[in-house]
Amino acid sequence: MSHWIILPVILPAIAASLLLLGLNKDQALERTVALTSTAAQFAVAVALTVAATQTPAEAYLLGNWPAPFGIVLVLDRLSAMMLLLTSALALFVLLYALGGWDKRGRHFHALFQFQLMGVNGAFLTGDVFNLFVFYEVLLIASYGLMVHGSGGERLKAGTHYVITNLTGSALFLIAVTMIYGVTGTLNMADLAVKVPQVAAGDQGLLQAGALLLLLVFGIKAALVPLHFWLPGTYAASSAPVAALFAIMTKVGAYSILRFYTLAFGADAGPATFVAGPWLLPAALVTMVIGMVGMLAARQLRWLVAFGVVGSMGTLLTGFSLFTAEALSAGMYYMLHSTFIAAGLFLLVEQISIRRGSDAVAPGSSFAGIGLTSSLFMAAAIAMAGLPPLSGFLGKLLILDAARDSGAMGWIWTLILVTSFLSIVAFARAGSLVFWKRGGDVAPESPTGPQPVLPLVATIGVLAMTALLSAFAGPVSGYLDETARQLMAPTDYIAAVLGADALASR
Amino acid sequence: MEFLMASGIGVMTAAGVYLLLRARTFPVIVGLTFLSYAVNAFIFAMGRLETEKPPILALKLAQYTDPLPQALVLTAIVIAFGMTAMAVVLVLRAYLEVDSDHVDGDSDNREGTGR
Repeated sequence: MSHWIILPVILPAIAASLLLLGLNKDQALERTVALTSTAAQFAVAVALTVAATQTPAEAYLLGNWPAPFGIVLVLDRLSAMMLLLTSALALFVLLYALGGWDKRGRHFHALFQFQLMGVNGAFLTGDVFNLFVFYEVLLIASYGLMVHGSGGERLKAGTHYVITNLTGSALFLIAVTMIYGVTGTLNMADLAVKVPQVAAGDQGLLQAGALLLLLVFGIKAALVPLHFWLPGTYAASSAPVAALFAIMTKVGAYSILRFYTLAFGADAGPATFVAGPWLLPAALVTMVIGMVGMLAARQLRWLVAFGVVGSMGTLLTGFSLFTAEALSAGMYYMLHSTFIAAGLFLLVEQISIRRGSDAVAPGSSFAGIGLTSSLFMAAAIAMAGLPPLSGFLGKLLILDAARDSGAMGWIWTLILVTSFLSIVAFARAGSLVFWKRGGDVAPESPTGPQPVLPLVATIGVLAMTALLSAFAGPVSGYLDETARQLMAPTDYIAAVLGADALASR
Repeated sequence: MEFLMASGIGVMTAAGVYLLLRARTFPVIVGLTFLSYAVNAFIFAMGRLETEKPPILALKLAQYTDPLPQALVLTAIVIAFGMTAMAVVLVLRAYLEVDSDHVDGDSDNREGTGR
């Protein structure tokens, strides 16, 4: 299986280069290459996920340099699952974009592939500095995608987004080098060995570095108080780009999960789970801010964007407890929230094209209102966490996992209250948009049959949440095993450094 | 050397943060550049400050300085350079489109531009 591990990085890199080197002259060819590459990534991700269930963890040494010195990619259950999630989402988003969005600016497909390369790389890398490099790859592609289609509003939001993330990158480097200065290594498995051995006098520097890194991951994951960039960015982006960005917040969540269970996990001495006490209150506040923001949203895109903030809060609440059950529950909610957020962004654009605007205000009736309104209702049910869709199961799992926590009262109250708030927000938006008639008749609202491809892609993404709840048993079985692997990362360390490294731990 | 290095990083960071808070796109970009210089110097310092020792591992050398921060700085410089170029292009485009160099696009001096 060994060489397959690097394919999720190499495939999009080659495809993107080909697209830049002149294939973009011929649109049909360009689309074929993009689609082939994305489909191939999906196939590879499926193969890697199957492989990850059979072997505990597998390391891929680039250039065959031994682990703490060379660059290493690691495949385990978590990274395989994230690859699968990314490629499945990317496939749907690409199908949607083929409906016309890819023609509204230049190099959409090349940027899309570079974005996938960065995301896949971030999930696979076993080295903190390479995590930084892949972050930059995915960010620079996202800068291009964010302003795709252009327009003043988008450029304004893009400026904020770029400057926030460039500042975040500076902080990332400071945090990484602080940790390097104390431990002398940047390999995550090696860090897991070295962190417990750090002298008491250096603990301050080490923990400051670890928490600074939480700040950086928090920017990506839209954690309060670092969430300000997200609603504006997502609301201003084109629909397929916003849908693809649903995976970007999850890169932040993944990094938190990986870094603080591996390098600062159960055996890290004084720095054990250093992120937990900071992460929990921040996640709870994020949840409240997101759901209250949904109530205040005047446009459907802002409604969904704040919904993303709220769902990040919910899933990070799960992660912040750092128990196997809570991690498993958080990961289930992560799968759910990625698909539902992407699906809603796509659906909202479908609605606003037909309706002429996406304002949460009374408007005219429009063609295809029956289908879009039922989809909206299903998506709202899933996002708010009503049964029977996956949002309900995800929240239930998180509530169940919080039972033994000291903060159970807070967690239960806030999750239940914010779920109620998001139901109110969706009910208000749905009734204003679909039921109430008034205002001006939408000018030039298309009345013909809806374009098939975007609609199929939208339904496809939303159907993933139904699948997720239908196959909740096998999925949570996989996730329970993943959480167990995360809480006891001996397989991971042994795969990267060899079994001897564990003895010195 | 330690004092010079530490105060240099401190001054550059302070200047960078100040310029970032100016909320005008050109100062913001200069501020980001200052910040990335400070970060580069910081990375360098975290490999411990040494003089007259080469960053090469060789059998004949009794003493050498840590080569890894130098490799990291090189990567960080390249990335920061590329990102700055990208930010300049984006900000220029935003300026032409929105007709304001305020990061929020508010043109509190729009009368002055004559449009």
